[in-house]
Amino acid sequence: MRIKRSTTLLCAGLAASLVLAACGDADEPADEPADVEEPAEEPEDVEEPADEPEDVEEPADEPVDDPAADDGEQVAVGLVYDIGGRGDLSFNDAAAAGLDQAEAEFDLDTTELEPSEGGENRDELLRLVSGEGVDLVFAVGFAFEEGLGSTAPDFPDVNYGLIDGFLPDLDADSNVVALGFAEHEGSFLVGAAAALKTENNRVGFIGGVEIPLIERFEAGFIAGVEAVDPDIEIDRAYISQPPDFGGFTDPAAGREIATGMYGNGADIVYHAAGGSGAGLFEAAREHSESTGDKVWAIGVDSDQYLTADEELQEYILTSMLKRVDVAVYETIVAQVEGRFEGGYRAFDLETDGVGYATSGGFIDDIVDELEELKAQVIAGDIVVPDAM
Amino acid sequence: MKLRTALIRTGASLGAIVFSLGLSAIVLLMVDVSPTEAFGEMLRYGARVDSMISIINRAVPLYLSAIAVAVGFQMGLFNIGVEGQYRIATLVAAWFGAQLALPGVLHVLAIMLMAMLVGAAWASIAAVLKAFRGVHEVISTIMLNFISTGLGAWLLAEHFREEVEGSLTIATGELAPSARMPSLNPVLTTLGVEVPSGSDLQSFVFVAILAGVVYYLLVWRSRFGYDLRAFGANPGAAAASGVDLKRMVLLTMAISGGFAGLVMIGPVLGFYGRYTTDIPIGLGFTGIAVALVGRNRPVQMALAALLFAFLNRSAQILDFRGIPKEIEVIISGIIILAVVIANELARRVVQAQEVREAAARTATDQEEVSA
Repeated sequence: MRIKRSTTLLCAGLAASLVLAACGDADEPADEPADVEEPAEEPEDVEEPADEPEDVEEPADEPVDDPAADDGEQVAVGLVYDIGGRGDLSFNDAAAAGLDQAEAEFDLDTTELEPSEGGENRDELLRLVSGEGVDLVFAVGFAFEEGLGSTAPDFPDVNYGLIDGFLPDLDADSNVVALGFAEHEGSFLVGAAAALKTENNRVGFIGGVEIPLIERFEAGFIAGVEAVDPDIEIDRAYISQPPDFGGFTDPAAGREIATGMYGNGADIVYHAAGGSGAGLFEAAREHSESTGDKVWAIGVDSDQYLTADEELQEYILTSMLKRVDVAVYETIVAQVEGRFEGGYRAFDLETDGVGYATSGGFIDDIVDELEELKAQVIAGDIVVPDAM
Repeated sequence: MKLRTALIRTGASLGAIVFSLGLSAIVLLMVDVSPTEAFGEMLRYGARVDSMISIINRAVPLYLSAIAVAVGFQMGLFNIGVEGQYRIATLVAAWFGAQLALPGVLHVLAIMLMAMLVGAAWASIAAVLKAFRGVHEVISTIMLNFISTGLGAWLLAEHFREEVEGSLTIATGELAPSARMPSLNPVLTTLGVEVPSGSDLQSFVFVAILAGVVYYLLVWRSRFGYDLRAFGANPGAAAASGVDLKRMVLLTMAISGGFAGLVMIGPVLGFYGRYTTDIPIGLGFTGIAVALVGRNRPVQMALAALLFAFLNRSAQILDFRGIPKEIEVIISGIIILAVVIANELARRVVQAQEVREAAARTATDQEEVSA
């Protein structure tokens, strides 16, 4: 009897901790309602010189010429993030940045949602937001493919932007635009940068989850390294295996793997691991400080030099830019101006949909070489593989 | 007397849930959210037809997972590996189903059978380790969860995957229409319920109900169940009375794994139509909570599964209203703890009462003897 009671309690505690742990990570990214950074109301009346002609704090870098939003009609935009949500300092944040930029320029009513940790309610969220009178919905991540395929036909009045995903048979009249990125091309350039910068002739790659999308980053990176010097050794590791997508939200695991790679002699490590990448930056700093040998990290998706903590910035060599923000922003502009078009849009090197960051100035000395490689890729002289 | 015991137990559970809601309300007040507004929104949204359907569909895997856990609990065996068992079983069964061409019912049955076999086989690894090597099942099942994930990822990527041009999703081949379980929407429509598009009440709910009945018969109406409960109540006495421990461990884990194998088969046959990496994970762990809250009883676990499903579904609306949806996690956590504590208290009250009554009976008996 006694044994049974104590084990029951033990089990209760264990179960509670498992259940709570399973949900624990979700609350890290701030889930603030989107209206926090709601900017001044009428940013677009540029031609109105009456009071205070210079809008000094106008944050948008590309002022849009007279959008059709003048009629005062508010456009409702919904954005369903993938696991991790706003605040992952990577992929989801890139989408959020596009939304914020558009919100600063147009009169938008925005709704931001994030699926639960296991991701099982992606489809329901998509359907839910579609039924709430929105005009445009973004599904951020290829995992929404299935759900969007069944949801979009039920809401013909709603337009959808699918980031990274693929749906068959889309055309200009579809209410879905699939926004695809040539991550392998961008990764190729940061791979070349790593190869040009490495002193130990050893670099590393950390993928979040071993799925075809992330293998595309890996393939591009390896091709980039080998294009410069095929003798450089490349350490590769993935944090988790599908269906466990925790590898995108596990900085501790990212740090552990990165520490191992640096300890193994790699002096530049590139990550395609979403929120786990924060652990890589930490590891780069720790290794550099404890051994005195400076090592580098390469960021992904956003320009991570700009979002990293100050004491980590000096370790971020460059970032592979995947301009999800541009894709989101441009799609919203198209919607606002009434010229949304379905189909497929490719964001690659040629359209500056992918690229590399120069913040920090650490790669200024090799920009010429990178630009040359970039030109060769655009011209088709170099074909970057997009799969392992 | 039975009635009174039942009342105490039910009252304890309900009291715990009310207490949890009260505590959650205080938490909400602390973050400046009106509890009435939050709970009101959840109730309103949760009562919509599409929400009700979703709640039932969500409750089915939770219930099956809880049953799998509860079978082990009955004999004091902690199968923490339901998670790994259902993952590997779902993958293999979905792949197996895609290779088959069978008429409707047989096709569905073959997939279910395969899932149960794989789940049972996977759970049996831990059972063998425990029965013959004394490895504690908590350790081995947790380890096997990781192995299951790794093995599944490898099987899927290297052997079971069917590539779709342009898509980045990793999935097995599409199941033939004969392997799809029909939606119950036509039934709802004839009953006069208007089903919003995109909602499908999956007919797999009947399998879950059947599983509940089987669980009841197995545990409370069979020789095996008697041994199981005897072992759970007092292992020493059960062993002394001739129950074979090894056999019990092997059988119980296999049965538990068999139930675990079915956890995600409903969504595969009724919604996904294949195994994809989108298929939710974590149900094996939530199942433990459901089994605890439902006290391993078939009906109570069903109610607990529905409660968790309701919380999960209805919390989705909160983000729209600017209320952090994480409060759902807080509510669930408080409910689990409160119910477990309340159950323990109720058990003690009932036990004390039984002792008192037994003492009173003995006293009367003695009086009669002396008289």
